[in-house]
Amino acid sequence: MQYWNWLKRIVFLDFGRSFAPHGRPVIQMIRERLPITLALNVVEMLIIVALAVPVGVTSATRQYSTFDKSTTVFVFLGFATPDFWLAVILQILFGVHLGWLPISGLRLPVWEYLPFWQQQWDFASHLILPITVATFGGLAGFSRYMRQSMLEVIRQDYVQSARAKGLPESVVIGKHALRNAMLPIVTVLGLSLPGLIGGSVIVETIFAIPGMGQLMVQAVYERDYPVIMANLVIVATLTLVANLIADLSYSLIDPRIRVSRRGRR
Amino acid sequence: MKAFWRALAKNRLALIGGAVVLVLAIMAVGAPLLAPHDPNKPDVKRILDSPSSRHWLGTDQIGRDVLSRMLYGARVSLAVGFVSVGIATAIGIALGAAAGYHGGMVDAGVMRLVDLMLVFPRFFLLLAVLAFLKPSIWTIMAVIGLTGWMGVARLVRAEFLALKEREFVVWSQSIGASALRIIWRHILPNAMAPVLVAMTLGIPAAILTESGLSFLGLGVRPPYATWGNILNEGKEVIELAWWLSIYPGLAILITVLSYNLLGEGIRDALDPRLRQSVGRFGVRGR
Repeated sequence: MQYWNWLKRIVFLDFGRSFAPHGRPVIQMIRERLPITLALNVVEMLIIVALAVPVGVTSATRQYSTFDKSTTVFVFLGFATPDFWLAVILQILFGVHLGWLPISGLRLPVWEYLPFWQQQWDFASHLILPITVATFGGLAGFSRYMRQSMLEVIRQDYVQSARAKGLPESVVIGKHALRNAMLPIVTVLGLSLPGLIGGSVIVETIFAIPGMGQLMVQAVYERDYPVIMANLVIVATLTLVANLIADLSYSLIDPRIRVSRRGRR
Repeated sequence: MKAFWRALAKNRLALIGGAVVLVLAIMAVGAPLLAPHDPNKPDVKRILDSPSSRHWLGTDQIGRDVLSRMLYGARVSLAVGFVSVGIATAIGIALGAAAGYHGGMVDAGVMRLVDLMLVFPRFFLLLAVLAFLKPSIWTIMAVIGLTGWMGVARLVRAEFLALKEREFVVWSQSIGASALRIIWRHILPNAMAPVLVAMTLGIPAAILTESGLSFLGLGVRPPYATWGNILNEGKEVIELAWWLSIYPGLAILITVLSYNLLGEGIRDALDPRLRQSVGRFGVRGR
């Protein structure tokens, strides 16, 4: 019965109040943090795609070249490196020993008093390390999938016939092959989103970024159940929305798949 | 089977991975014999000693030998990997087989359950479940297992869907063999190849997950030493004692790398076509 009441209230985004001493409404806490996690994940996603696609395509078109082999090594290392360990090491290297980059938070305490451009730089420099760590594993995965997918496509007949027509190689690869190779990638992208969002738990905790992941860990430490449950609901909703976007973007890449209005496939 | 071993023997990386996996297992089992010191005995005279001939990998904040703690940590990490993957595989096979063999409502029900589970980012789900439970090494194993069976269920279902149409299954049905017997004796042995690969690739994922949780202080609790725990304690003093942070991380990296190499090797040796279905989404823990 309690659960039913809770479900009814969720429909109106009422998650109750936090168990913490301040007792703030949970939705308010999430509203502060959701944009940060969301923005970080979108930026990470864009970086991953922007880097993994060219890397994957290049290693597929030059299979067994030095470039291909070194990306393969990178891929295996990327899969095996614990992200929290990488984060700690980068913090020590760039933050403490070299002193180039800040290692926690999003802004300096004196942020408000800085001139405009310094503000921007300050914000960006706080993000470099977290984003590097968060994209590392995903980058490895995606360049692998991209390579695999591209390898399958360039063996197809229509790629050969495009070459036979006398089209330049750049058009054959960049237009004919790439478009078809991207299709499975969009699927993987959609499927891997929960993983990326899950990774923000570790990254946000280590770099003290006030996002959903950090909120979740704090809530678990304090056994703040309303916050935990609300977090789960929000994150699951995010995943669903991301999957929907992935499904819809199929039709952009592949005109064979249409999101039909009359229920026709 | 012979072809399988020959193909695996040709894959040098997989062999190296397999050898490292074996060495790690021996080190974990033989930890009490191999460890030069008691992993839990503090030594106040040797706090945060750097690596030396006495303590090869140095000591921690209360003077415990890091090498010994890492050897014992290997036990916990590998045990968590094996047991949680065992749990995940058992659930995955049971549900996947039921769904694939019976089809219809059962299939629909199981697949919706899979979809439901996949909506939650695994790490958030793990944390949420752990918040409600009493933390112990067994809860960690159970929780990692219970949140990791969806991939296996999908694989097994797909295999069953294909295999149940084959003649040998139809013949067994025609002579009146029970569903359980057909599933267990006839179909499952033929569906084990991808499951085996998924298990090999699942173990490193589980180890990464456990160490991540322990790193956050929400996994295996002290006094059990695990690689994640040592890292968690080490990050407080990283500027004084780099060896507390570098070595456990390297151990995790090498372990995960070896299992992945071995798993991919087994996959390619069993059936290169499996490349398509297994391991695409299973390698990374979160």
